[in-house]
Amino acid sequence: MENLNNLEKDLLKKITDSDDFSGGAYNIRENGKGVARKTTENINIVTKEDKPGIDIIVKEGTKKEFVHIPVMITESGVNDLVYNDFYIGKDADITIIAGCGIHNDHHQLARHDGIHTFYLEEGAKVKYIEKHYGEGEGTGEKILNPKTVVKLKKGAVLEMDSVQIKGVDSTIRETVGELDEDASFIVSEKIMTHGKQYAKTVFNVALNGENSSTHVISRSVAKDESKQEFYSNIEGNTSCYGHVECDAIIMDKGVVKAVPEILANSIDARLVHEAAIGKIAGEQLTKLMTLGLSEKEAEEKIVNGFLK
Amino acid sequence: MLELKDICFERDGKKILDNVNLVIDDKKFVAITGPNGGGKSTIAKIIMGIEKPDSGKIIFNGEDITNKTISERANMGIGFAFQQPVRFKGITVGDLLELSVGRKVKLAENCDILSSVGLCPKDYVKREINSSLSGGELKRIEIATVVARGTNLSIFDEPEAGIDLWSFNNLIEVFENMSKEIQGSIVIISHQERILNIADEVVLVEKGKVKQIGKKDEILPELLSSTSRACSRVKEVK
Repeated sequence: MENLNNLEKDLLKKITDSDDFSGGAYNIRENGKGVARKTTENINIVTKEDKPGIDIIVKEGTKKEFVHIPVMITESGVNDLVYNDFYIGKDADITIIAGCGIHNDHHQLARHDGIHTFYLEEGAKVKYIEKHYGEGEGTGEKILNPKTVVKLKKGAVLEMDSVQIKGVDSTIRETVGELDEDASFIVSEKIMTHGKQYAKTVFNVALNGENSSTHVISRSVAKDESKQEFYSNIEGNTSCYGHVECDAIIMDKGVVKAVPEILANSIDARLVHEAAIGKIAGEQLTKLMTLGLSEKEAEEKIVNGFLK
Repeated sequence: MLELKDICFERDGKKILDNVNLVIDDKKFVAITGPNGGGKSTIAKIIMGIEKPDSGKIIFNGEDITNKTISERANMGIGFAFQQPVRFKGITVGDLLELSVGRKVKLAENCDILSSVGLCPKDYVKREINSSLSGGELKRIEIATVVARGTNLSIFDEPEAGIDLWSFNNLIEVFENMSKEIQGSIVIISHQERILNIADEVVLVEKGKVKQIGKKDEILPELLSSTSRACSRVKEVK
């Protein structure tokens, strides 16, 4: 990591909230190539031979370890496609921090499509954090299209926190989950779009095992002339529980579309969908103004809190 | 401290406030009471700047604040607790108290503020101000945001509204303590006799006018007679 320049270090920090990965395993990818890697006794990282990407293999019973797998695009005109597969052993309990930062100072587009597939064995537990961020003065578009595929065996738990901070011109985010008995998939998604940005989110989760459950909470803010679409499809195929909550704040000329779909294929499936879209409530602004904030400050506090 | 001069406020062709004149002196605990729809809450909102009067003047500490914004009035030392507290997704009780105080707040300070409204700090500081909080809890937090600011003039709009009797009995102690340790002036819109009991002054507002100002014992007979008149009219209609 010592050979990274300041721009790269800064970008890494923005997407991982850290500048020191030395406590765990890591793999840093920049402009389509691996630039730094560290493995541990329990976590191995292997370059794929048939396609771009890596396999992250976590030994059974590994506890409290971290894996950082950030991706940076710092050159204009890069179109990076990567397949990362995570094999998490039985009863392991680890945290994975992914994320993609694009710095584009030029006019050509910069694009990263990351396809992450998680295979969690019985009783495995993963906290997966991903942040997406774009910056740079150029007119070139910054495009990120992450796809996350989750396969959870009996009693496995995957908690996914997904944040798109700012600066991404276009994103299509797809998440697919298949859950066995007692498995749980918890998703928290936060997105803010501005300018003329576009963000589309698609969730497809199949609750196949008895007593499996999913909670999806999406909070988004669409400012300026940006557009967002949110599609969720939860399929309950047995005795299970699924809950999707989509909350969006629209500002200026922002547009948000939410399309809920819940399908109960079993009499014992319990599925709930909640969706709410609206501007910041006037009473919320008024309350914060009675505490001495200006209208603009109040607006910022409400948006920041909502996306916290 | 505060003076309302000839305040008029009309909406949809209805006079809500009709030449209201009122003076709130320094370090006074003033209760505004009266029948529903009489204009009490509108007076409170007009003082805070949430509503603008059609005519009249508001003088605060010698300065005309009629055209000042809500934020400007807040920064001049006016606080306001809403009748129906607002919920915020993602903003915690601790966050809101920090915004109220206007700086980072240490845990011990949060403890003092929340304890003063009868809430256990460790249970609440990190809780979001969302629908998981009960009406009574929200009211207490709302009051805490005003207490935290330590304003010269604190206005509470019907703190008893929408909460159960048990919660209110606990809440009333908060106001009893405030009346004992009063730092600035307090204006409280209320129908509760126990609140009227502890007020230095009770203002009776009816049909958009200040009808009477005095001690509770002077005001209550007038209030009760006006209420019974209203009841007798209902009976006549039947």
